[in-house]
Amino acid sequence: MAINTPKQTSHLKREILVRLIKSFLSDNFEENTRLIPYDMRPKGHEVPYRCCIYKERAILRDRTVAGLGFSIEETEDSTLLSDLAKKAIERKEPEENPLTVLTTACKGCVPSRIYVTDLCQGCVARPCVNTCKFGAISIQNGKSVIDPAKCKNCGMCAQVCPYQAIQKIIVPCENACPVGAIAKGEDGHAQIDFSKCISCGKCVSACPFGAVHEKSQIIDVLKNIKAGKKVIAMIAPAMMGQLPCTPKQLKEAIQKLGFADVYEVAQGADVTSKTEAAEFVERLEDGAEFMTTSCCAGYNELVEKHIPEMKPFRSDTKTPMYYTAEIVKKEKPEAVTVFFSPCVAKRREALQNPNVDYVLNYEEVGAWFIALNIQVAECGESEFKTEASAEARNYCVTGGVAKAVQTLLPEEIPAHPVIIDGLNKQSIRDLKKYAKNGMCDLGNLIEVMACTGGCLGGNATVNAFKPALKQVTTYVNESESLKDSIKAEK
Amino acid sequence: MSEKISVKVCLGTTCFVMGSANLQELIETVPAKYGDKVSVIGVPCLGLCSIDWEFSKAPYVKVDDDVIKEATVEKVLKAIDEKLAAK
Repeated sequence: MAINTPKQTSHLKREILVRLIKSFLSDNFEENTRLIPYDMRPKGHEVPYRCCIYKERAILRDRTVAGLGFSIEETEDSTLLSDLAKKAIERKEPEENPLTVLTTACKGCVPSRIYVTDLCQGCVARPCVNTCKFGAISIQNGKSVIDPAKCKNCGMCAQVCPYQAIQKIIVPCENACPVGAIAKGEDGHAQIDFSKCISCGKCVSACPFGAVHEKSQIIDVLKNIKAGKKVIAMIAPAMMGQLPCTPKQLKEAIQKLGFADVYEVAQGADVTSKTEAAEFVERLEDGAEFMTTSCCAGYNELVEKHIPEMKPFRSDTKTPMYYTAEIVKKEKPEAVTVFFSPCVAKRREALQNPNVDYVLNYEEVGAWFIALNIQVAECGESEFKTEASAEARNYCVTGGVAKAVQTLLPEEIPAHPVIIDGLNKQSIRDLKKYAKNGMCDLGNLIEVMACTGGCLGGNATVNAFKPALKQVTTYVNESESLKDSIKAEK
Repeated sequence: MSEKISVKVCLGTTCFVMGSANLQELIETVPAKYGDKVSVIGVPCLGLCSIDWEFSKAPYVKVDDDVIKEATVEKVLKAIDEKLAAK
């Protein structure tokens, strides 16, 4: 699948966020939130997607529930959005599991199965019948017919059909999930098994109905700013490629939202690079065959939940978000910290880190700019207090983390990087194999990114991949190399 | 030979977030397809989103003087083809 393909569902999700922010900033948050579905589909409005205007409104109402930060599954249909808005204001902490499924939107999918289409020619060779190990295919009236009771959905028949007449009908979320954590329940609705879910966000991107939502923390952040707290933005490297402006303009734009200061998470990435390079040397000197990186939250959750045998090989170095939040809280203990994230996985990581108070994704930040009508390209430039290195600013591009570590290694202990560019069933099998064998025949430094392309391919990014990469690369090329800055320190 | 068709992709913040980020590819693909008959540029905010708070219809693209709402790559290409056919 192409990275960051344009989707009408993103348009809907973002529109709701803009309206929510507007309504928070209005003089009647609760009532204006209740009206969101009616403002979006007023009487007589066309019905672009569903059977009728009532269903459209019902679904928009559920999307607003997620925007308010609540679980759609656990919210009664009869609860008014105005009551939920009030509850969101009173809430002290964000909810635990970061994803929620909008079941009303999800009903359209048929269960995953193998299907013989009209293209079946009833050929003489009958490779489908001969290939099926389960005896599920027979010929009736000159055409192949699958017995659903015997079919195991293996898809072998679809592969061998000379006419490509047999198709595997997929459920996009199930197909995208690399760990089998989302599946249609008996009632036909997708359900997430949070004991398996690694929060990689692939189902969010894959669902053509936009049924999987992140539970937003936008209200929590707005509330803290309104209360006059010192709210600090920590922006991950991928953010620099998201909007049509320079990083310094972006900083000023974020301050216009009400943030007291903005830190680059690349600052923490420099700590990660140095720590991880030292750790790599130590591990290899102790005889280890390989080490994996540890900065991707989706990968870390994969190791915890599905490949515990990888733990001894995964770096103990903390993530850039961890170090950045530590720096901020040390400098400003009273600060409320908000991590600006390209993906849902960082929400899970933030929940486990007391130094990170909230997470906003790039869609939410973009919606906030729209709500306040801030033209980022017209903002002035504001300097970052601490400059980060070129390598750190390149963390969001696949291969960037391994490259940063490599830069800092002594000549006698060279790294041979292996890049896992996106988690999928195959790359997870590979990782399991490396962990089981205690070695990787392709190299000794394995960088793992849950998203294809790196963080720039995250589920909550705004910019298309190519222009985002171009923007980040320009910034990286303007920055000083980590090696040079270390030399200067000495 | 009549004048070039001018395509302006709004790259204001609202349009960008609501989808013109994905229209940037037009800046490369259109000249490749139509040669010098069409010019495409990304422009700062066209001001269309602030009329009547019409952000929900963003992204906007202007093909000559015609405004395309909720623009997609397909819609823009169709508008260009229609303009070319009318000439």
